[in-house]
Amino acid sequence: MYVAAKGGERAIENAHRLLAHERRGDPSVPELSLAQIEGQLTLAVDRVMNEGSLYDRELAALAVKQARGDLIEAIFLLRAFRATLPRFGASEPIDTAAMTVRRRISATFKDLPGGQILGPTFDYTHRLLEPESAASSDQALAQAESGPDSIPRVTDLLAQDDLIEPSPSPNTGMPVGDLTHDPLSFPSGRDIRLQNLARGDEGYLLALGYSTQRGYGRNHPFAGEIRLGEVELEFVPPELGFAVPIGRIKVTECQMVNQFAGSATAPPRFTRGYGLGLGHCERKAISMALVDRALRARELGEEIKAPAQDEEFVLSHSDNVQATGFVEHLKLPHYVDFQAELGLVRRLRSEYEAAAPIREAAE
Amino acid sequence: MNAPAYNFAYLDEQTKRMIRRAILKAVAIPGYQVPFASREMPMPYGWGTGGVQVTAAILGPSDVLKVIDQGADDTTNAVSIRKFFVRTAGVRTTTSTQQATVIQTRHRIPEAPLSSHQILVFQVPIPEPLRFLEPRETETRRMHALADYGIMHVKLYEDIARHGHIATTYAYPVEVAGRYIMDPSPTPKFDNPKMNDCPALQLFGAGREKRIYAIPPYTQVISLDFEDHPFERYRPDGTCALCGATDSFLDEVIADDRGGRIFVCSDTDYCEKRRNDPAPITEGGRG
Repeated sequence: MYVAAKGGERAIENAHRLLAHERRGDPSVPELSLAQIEGQLTLAVDRVMNEGSLYDRELAALAVKQARGDLIEAIFLLRAFRATLPRFGASEPIDTAAMTVRRRISATFKDLPGGQILGPTFDYTHRLLEPESAASSDQALAQAESGPDSIPRVTDLLAQDDLIEPSPSPNTGMPVGDLTHDPLSFPSGRDIRLQNLARGDEGYLLALGYSTQRGYGRNHPFAGEIRLGEVELEFVPPELGFAVPIGRIKVTECQMVNQFAGSATAPPRFTRGYGLGLGHCERKAISMALVDRALRARELGEEIKAPAQDEEFVLSHSDNVQATGFVEHLKLPHYVDFQAELGLVRRLRSEYEAAAPIREAAE
Repeated sequence: MNAPAYNFAYLDEQTKRMIRRAILKAVAIPGYQVPFASREMPMPYGWGTGGVQVTAAILGPSDVLKVIDQGADDTTNAVSIRKFFVRTAGVRTTTSTQQATVIQTRHRIPEAPLSSHQILVFQVPIPEPLRFLEPRETETRRMHALADYGIMHVKLYEDIARHGHIATTYAYPVEVAGRYIMDPSPTPKFDNPKMNDCPALQLFGAGREKRIYAIPPYTQVISLDFEDHPFERYRPDGTCALCGATDSFLDEVIADDRGGRIFVCSDTDYCEKRRNDPAPITEGGRG
């Protein structure tokens, strides 16, 4: 007997009820609070804010909970909310040299003004499972001294000797590109590229950055500096005409220092790759800096031959909300298209079979 | 939850035997990259997982371990790896090059000469010297098999044509025992001559790329060059501000934000010994 797969409305309702049930888990175990997620799964929250491109820890925590810990789903939730917010202007450029530093390391100089500040890092932990540390909460709490208010950037120190290309001067007169308002077009400006990478999927940027290190578009990187801390955000309200502080945000910045042998028009000196993200997101910032530098191949007259150097390829596939949508939409019904393909394959097969005697004759 | 228990020097004995077999093969074919079943280690790839696996496989309870990064015992990663072996193997450690039996290093070879009773373990990020000329492993393995090293010589020649000299400053390629071209790991080329005819066994571990290779004691190691452009050692033009050395490799340290720079020895043990006793430093080891 034939039964049409209709009546989707009840199926969807039931699926949502099941989803809520799965999300809650075992009711004899206490439910996660948003404060717990915000305070204890901080790096998940940071990643969701970053790729969701919205600085709101509480909403990001809510998204993580609602998404059952699926971070791309959480990013999607935050993006969808962000899309409803009015955009009333752009802040002044943040000054990361004036950052209240929590962590600051340089891989290029053993010591330097401001020193090396490890901060909260997994880097030198041994990855041994320690059930007691995951379970216990009564360890003596460490209180970090708050860092200095201003540490010169390594790239600025190098720039004094002209050993590295100068940082592009802030072009305050120009409007800031925003690909949430204007669709991506090629070739794109560096502002748009960096925005695209900042919103881009961490895993994707990681793989692309990694590919440059393994010879597919190598660019000889050194982590000149990685810093994490809080910066002040300033905004110029048109009715006032001068900048007023509107808050502080935590950011991670990576300044990559890359080898450059020079060209016919440029002297040999180090070049820059730049990465910046919201919250604590070192892996993302470093990957972003590698890919930013790879994407500058055209500007620096380098041969473009690797995926990470191909602007159109990189920028068109970095957004995980877009990517997951299109990849997963294969789950949706495609009965009609498939029916058409079925018809075509049948026709081609009958033509193939009809031509069989002719082929045999030709052999 | 079951609390995990770990073996002496972290790795299980079966894994150690597998690594030792790879090491023996590497010693038998100097400079040849032996594939091995690299394990997930409790530190990230890039932190020295290859070197740590080699050290874990060769370490015995009576060994004395020294770990350096950038030549220094006090760099964070060196401290971390040293603590790892103290914790998992309980071996004695030292910062003295002479007293160590096993020295794990990242990016440097100690200034003091090594002895036949010592093993130097290098951490290697990219073991393939041809990788940046040819990204595909299938191709580079074929090139090694046929000793087809034309592209490397062309690369060095192009450097000379463009810059008047070979523009490779670290990870400078070498030829081992007249056969394989080998990557010395990202050591400055200043250290290359120390690999030649060295009394100590030199082992190279690349964890992420799953390769082990070796230079047996007293093996000929030649830095690639041309007759009319011989290999040149490079040393920063300066004197150590702490010990006054003029023969050691130096780190540049930014002293202030007005462009002030000083130089200090990258090899902290060498520098410290010189400050205590400026007489020349001789070889050591457990012999």
